[in-house]
Amino acid sequence: MEIFNHNSNINFLGMRKFSVGIALLLILASIGLIVGKGLNYGLDFTGGVALVVDYQQPVVTTDVQAALDKAGIEHSLVASLGGTREVSIRFQPTAAMKDEAGKVNLDKVAAVTTAALQATRADAVVKSRNYVSSQVGDELRSDGIVAAIVVVLGIGVYLGIRFEWRFAVAAILTEFHDALITVGVFALVQREFDLTVLASVLAVIGYSINDKVVVFDRVRELFRSSRKAEPEEILNRSINNTLSRTIITALFTAITMAALYFIGGPVVHGFAITMLIGILVGTLSSIFVASPILLWLGVSKQDLMPKTKENPELARRP
Amino acid sequence: MSDFPRWKYALVAIVLVLGIVYALPNAFLPVPAVQITANRNGTVDQALEQKVSDALKQQNIATTGVEIKGDHLLASFVNADVQRAGADVIKAALGDDFTVAFNLKSTVPGWLTAIGAKPMPLGLDLQGGVHFLMQVDQNDVIDKQETRYADDIRSLLREKNIRYESVTRNAVRGQGVSIVLKSAEDRTAATNAIAAEYPDLTLQDGLATGDRFVLNAVVRPDKLRELSLNTIRQNLGTLRNRINALGVSEPIIQQQGDSRIVVELAGVQDTAEAKKLIGATATLEYRAGYGTPQQAIDAVRSGIIPPDARLYKNREGQPYLLSKNVIVTGDQLADASSSFDQTSGTPAVSVTLNAAGAKKMLDFTTGNVGKPMGVVYVERVVDTKIVDGKEVRTPKITEEVINYATIQGVFGKNFQTTGLRSPKEASELALLLKGGSLAAPVDIIEEQVIGASLGQENIQKGFRAVMIGLALVLLAAAIYYKLFGLVADIALFFNLVILVAVMSAVGVTLTMPGVAGIVLTLGMAIDANVLICERIREELRNGSTPHAAIRAGYDKAWATILDANVTHLIAALALTTMGSGPIKGFGVTLLIGILTSMFTSVTVTHAITALIHGHRKLKTLSV
Repeated sequence: MEIFNHNSNINFLGMRKFSVGIALLLILASIGLIVGKGLNYGLDFTGGVALVVDYQQPVVTTDVQAALDKAGIEHSLVASLGGTREVSIRFQPTAAMKDEAGKVNLDKVAAVTTAALQATRADAVVKSRNYVSSQVGDELRSDGIVAAIVVVLGIGVYLGIRFEWRFAVAAILTEFHDALITVGVFALVQREFDLTVLASVLAVIGYSINDKVVVFDRVRELFRSSRKAEPEEILNRSINNTLSRTIITALFTAITMAALYFIGGPVVHGFAITMLIGILVGTLSSIFVASPILLWLGVSKQDLMPKTKENPELARRP
Repeated sequence: MSDFPRWKYALVAIVLVLGIVYALPNAFLPVPAVQITANRNGTVDQALEQKVSDALKQQNIATTGVEIKGDHLLASFVNADVQRAGADVIKAALGDDFTVAFNLKSTVPGWLTAIGAKPMPLGLDLQGGVHFLMQVDQNDVIDKQETRYADDIRSLLREKNIRYESVTRNAVRGQGVSIVLKSAEDRTAATNAIAAEYPDLTLQDGLATGDRFVLNAVVRPDKLRELSLNTIRQNLGTLRNRINALGVSEPIIQQQGDSRIVVELAGVQDTAEAKKLIGATATLEYRAGYGTPQQAIDAVRSGIIPPDARLYKNREGQPYLLSKNVIVTGDQLADASSSFDQTSGTPAVSVTLNAAGAKKMLDFTTGNVGKPMGVVYVERVVDTKIVDGKEVRTPKITEEVINYATIQGVFGKNFQTTGLRSPKEASELALLLKGGSLAAPVDIIEEQVIGASLGQENIQKGFRAVMIGLALVLLAAAIYYKLFGLVADIALFFNLVILVAVMSAVGVTLTMPGVAGIVLTLGMAIDANVLICERIREELRNGSTPHAAIRAGYDKAWATILDANVTHLIAALALTTMGSGPIKGFGVTLLIGILTSMFTSVTVTHAITALIHGHRKLKTLSV
């Protein structure tokens, strides 16, 4: 079975101004969203208290919120956890939830919240509770940024050695594009950005680099094997030759992530969604963004030929 | 015709068999059980086994087995409800001499255990329990050290007859002690004296105005680092002892970073009990020995204790009589470290007291050479109970003699406890001494309670997600690549098996993010096969014969697969460095998954392909 015409010869590089223009716009929009609207950081980053509450009968999140407001628990974030009977609640602990020493006491948190919720709905039961101090969050954020930088640099160095610096630069720039847009989507829809999502953004970088390397590998091979090597033509042929693989792998991975999203439960929702966004963005950037950058950086046949050791004897001869 | 070497077939076969064997223990689900361990006065033996069986039988609680496992007894039950009822009955029947705790009993057959095959341990999110992240107050460590040095310098200067105006801690923490002297000569003398006595201090001349000559003494950064590391180690040690007393099976107590401790107690739902133990405070008391060892034994037998003495026991239950008067307490102890005795070469513990403690110790030892002295470790746990709607706090104090030795000479500030049996005993005693003195307060900065039902739910959902994700990819590959797709499917299935086997053998704790990592690995592992199959199709289109197409397909795809996987590996590696807990679990799973998938997707499929096509003349390929 074949979905893609193996003789496809779409001129992807021909639309490079257009495609890279869109990529730049998306990056700018993402930065604008992340800076302007901000991310809806999860408990891991903000600190505070999070509870999972189960109801016997279906419940609407706005009702839960109203019940909490009434009891003086302000600025709570209520989200349903796949289904209508389970919600997650997040807020900063109030004075009534602390012990004499001013430390948060989870038992008190559960008691106060249960009382607040059961005032309107007697069937509310606190299923799990979680407290994170804000200082942990700050460290996680900086750890996450360091990890992302290490990933990008590590990949850059590897590609620099195995391929050539132009490939490393093209890959790193595209990685930034992928990661920024993925995070940008989170800022746009204000989905909770927690530790799992941060980890999956790194996994997206891993997936997407995998994709680029396959195309780059073909670029190198075609440059080396063709006698007449027009960069634009070589790049176009590389993308077309690997197009079927790029899309099939994206589909296969997306299938598993969709299964995870629909079956794995609320704990892995954020992870699966991030991967799905990342797979889409990464696949598009492999096809439309990475190669134009390579072309503009001036990749050529000479740079990719296996280095033959220069013979000093030959050089000295007239 | 086949270009696939024999040894590779053998390798594939061996790895597959090992993979199946080491993944197998995960198929044997553990059953709920109650673990019974002996306290001081109890012993685990046949009689206990009989007693537990009888008690359960009497209350009509069905057990699936009661047996002795090493130093504890395990009674297993059909489900969690019966387990809870069983635990209550056992507790009532045995009393205080035994600790009764919930546990799980492995059902893995003996032959698997014998070759080291074990199931993956489950994370808290998959089995329920409590999680604490604790921060050790490092500022407190610095405060204590600086205050102590200020005291010590004061008494040193007095002792050396160096006139000073003041010795005070600097207002800013970590800036050390500022000493104000009356003349430049005094300052030089003081510098020399302090440098000789306290090599851990860095000395620097400060301002000199009129008759004020300032000298700054700062604790060396490496000394501070060593101190904070010790604090963590101490806290880990004391926590471990206390949590063991709680009877939780396989608690996780780990250091994280420079100043954090993670505690995870599976199966526990009540944080109050755990927090009480974690928040316990400990101290030390040096007391003079009283009478002879025989007198202590007599006192136990007769119940008559001399009026000036108190009766104590050590961990093994041996009695000691010690004087009612305390010589030195834990807060006067500055440092304790294990070492070796200079003269006899036996393990020893070197103790340093602060100025106040040193003076008292000197006074005491001057008149008591040749007499015994004991060290008592006192732990105070505050028990909070609600009685008639009011909180009643009752402190529970446990006292234990941790050392009993004869005073060999007159000493004050520094002394050694010798005659310890092993270096291990010495380091344990040093830890206990420090645990009762310096231990910095710990703050709980993260706390999580995961309900047992949530854990069950997560396991089910996770398992289903893996299975359905796998099934969908298998189906898609078979449809799209026909025979080669089926071959890739077999490899993908074995990838899951080997991944689980490696994770089990390494002992990676399975968490929900780990499950997500497994599913992602399954999705991405097929990529290598996609690359190979696309290459083979290409070669066929370019007019290669089927055998040549297979060979070229594998050869050419390999370079790409290697580059793609190494870069992916770099990303996974970075994930494993992020914190501990869930993200690390995800990173480790991904890391192992990439490695196993390279083997199964390339070597295993190549072996199967060679088996199928190797000795036949081919006109077409089903790809």
